[in-house]
Amino acid sequence: MIESSPLRIAIASGKGGTGKTFLATNLARLMSQYHKTLLVDLDVEEPNDHVFIHGTLESSLPQYKMIPEWNEAKCTHCGICSSSCAYHAVIQLGTYVAVFKELCHSCHACSELCPAQALPMQPHEIGVTNIMIAENLTFIESQLQVGEEQAVPLIHRTHTLIRENELHDFPIHIYDCPPGTSCPVVAAVRPADFVLLVTEPTPFGLNDLQLAVDTLIKLDKPMGVVINRCDIGNNEVEAYCNRMQIPVISKIPYNRQVAVLYSNGELVNGRVHSATVAFGQIASYIRDNI
Amino acid sequence: MNEIVVLSGKGGTGKTSITASLAVLAGREAIIADCDVDAANMHLLLQPDFGRRIDFFSGELAVINPDLCTACGKCAAICRFNAISILDNQYHISPLDCEGCGYCARICHPVAISMRQRKSGSLFISKIRTGSSMVHARLDIGAENSGKLVARVKNEAKSIAASENKRYILVDGSPGIGCPVVSSLAGANYVILVTEPSQSGLNDLRRVFAVISKFRIKAGCIINKSDLNKGIASGIRVFLKEMGIDHLADIPYDNSFTRSMIEGRTIAEIQSPLKDTIEVVWTRVQGLLNSNAEI
Repeated sequence: MIESSPLRIAIASGKGGTGKTFLATNLARLMSQYHKTLLVDLDVEEPNDHVFIHGTLESSLPQYKMIPEWNEAKCTHCGICSSSCAYHAVIQLGTYVAVFKELCHSCHACSELCPAQALPMQPHEIGVTNIMIAENLTFIESQLQVGEEQAVPLIHRTHTLIRENELHDFPIHIYDCPPGTSCPVVAAVRPADFVLLVTEPTPFGLNDLQLAVDTLIKLDKPMGVVINRCDIGNNEVEAYCNRMQIPVISKIPYNRQVAVLYSNGELVNGRVHSATVAFGQIASYIRDNI
Repeated sequence: MNEIVVLSGKGGTGKTSITASLAVLAGREAIIADCDVDAANMHLLLQPDFGRRIDFFSGELAVINPDLCTACGKCAAICRFNAISILDNQYHISPLDCEGCGYCARICHPVAISMRQRKSGSLFISKIRTGSSMVHARLDIGAENSGKLVARVKNEAKSIAASENKRYILVDGSPGIGCPVVSSLAGANYVILVTEPSQSGLNDLRRVFAVISKFRIKAGCIINKSDLNKGIASGIRVFLKEMGIDHLADIPYDNSFTRSMIEGRTIAEIQSPLKDTIEVVWTRVQGLLNSNAEI
């Protein structure tokens, strides 16, 4: 199987706290026993895979987004920059040009439309990507600097890093995605071949699962559902999946021992029977069906 | 008027269930704002009537008129978001990738590209059973700018609170530390953090508190599922003390959270051993806000 291009599995959820990190780390560890596996933590606002996967740090790369830097000496105060910025990130005030870097989307319009070349684009650090080796698993984590507001550029940078380095040689990629359904999730799942949605059988879980499914349909992504703590609520999540013909790949029962191991930052695979069975099910689904 | 924002960093710690319970306890005194616009859930507990709906427009979207396009390819070359691609000799713009910067429209000489307003969600102003109002929203699929929609939700809540002379605005924030969270913090008087005693919970609590400190807003913390891991729970208490965060309550693991969701009610309204604890939290927060006002 899977010879040339990697199989990219994104783990997403809509609702937070349903078990994305739990599934991503345990599944990555399990699959790494059979294939060279790459685990990528794309929940850049609150990355937590490192709590469960301990590796040796291979490299630590600062990540940047490009922002314009005003060169006062060259500026002719023509105002083109200010009028070309859709985000009000470049504003001319009299003879002064202010750049609000947190509002900038790095479109380069102001810089390239400036007739005096007075706004060259400069890198601005937004976070860091750490590459770690944990036995047969290579683990990449991107962390947004506190105070930076845009997760999307860092998620894009991380995907680019994977594409441009030898990292795409790994036959299995597992992407741990941010919660929600808006732009960071779209950016994170974009290159994936298959999306595993983790949910819980509660009204909140169902509501957010529906939002996530709508997003993935729009992105034309094949998907499957894992119901975590499957015995705590009601049957409506499963009924919804059946109605939508989305496969329910596995159901993981609530287990206090799992919750305790998780809280201590420990993997549960091989230690708690019910969860181990579930991870095995998910791994074989991936191998056989995707 | 006092604005209370409930945050967690990590998702799934019980933030929304607790906010909705506080909303019931506050009754007519508080306007409720659900600022978790990415994955809004509070309506499932408070059952707003979706009384008034307002379309929310944010930013723009580039659109190509194929009759005017000469397929010169300049637009695709300058687009930093890889939103423009060619298929069968015809350029297309992917609405999911376009960030609305307008650069392509500006440089397109045959003027084949125009910018259109982009609808990115809906805002609702509703009545709820507490006798008060709730402002909530739904972001369209894959839409951007949730920070702007958050700001809009808050501003609507503020203007209702001002005109109706309410004492509180109670805001349910989103997980994470990015733009929606920063947007929900603007103007807040007090932040209630809901965490859980896990390595991840503590990690995320530290990161979200670092954001809150930048705004110099006073904060208190509820440790939910406090009996799950006693060691980490006491680690969190040490962190709270060091940072000067009020320790509001410990809530042991309890199925009231799930039960109340399924009943479509809040914990404050069902038979639950947690009721008293949540009432104590609300009394404390009110006390803290009033004593702050005197200083």
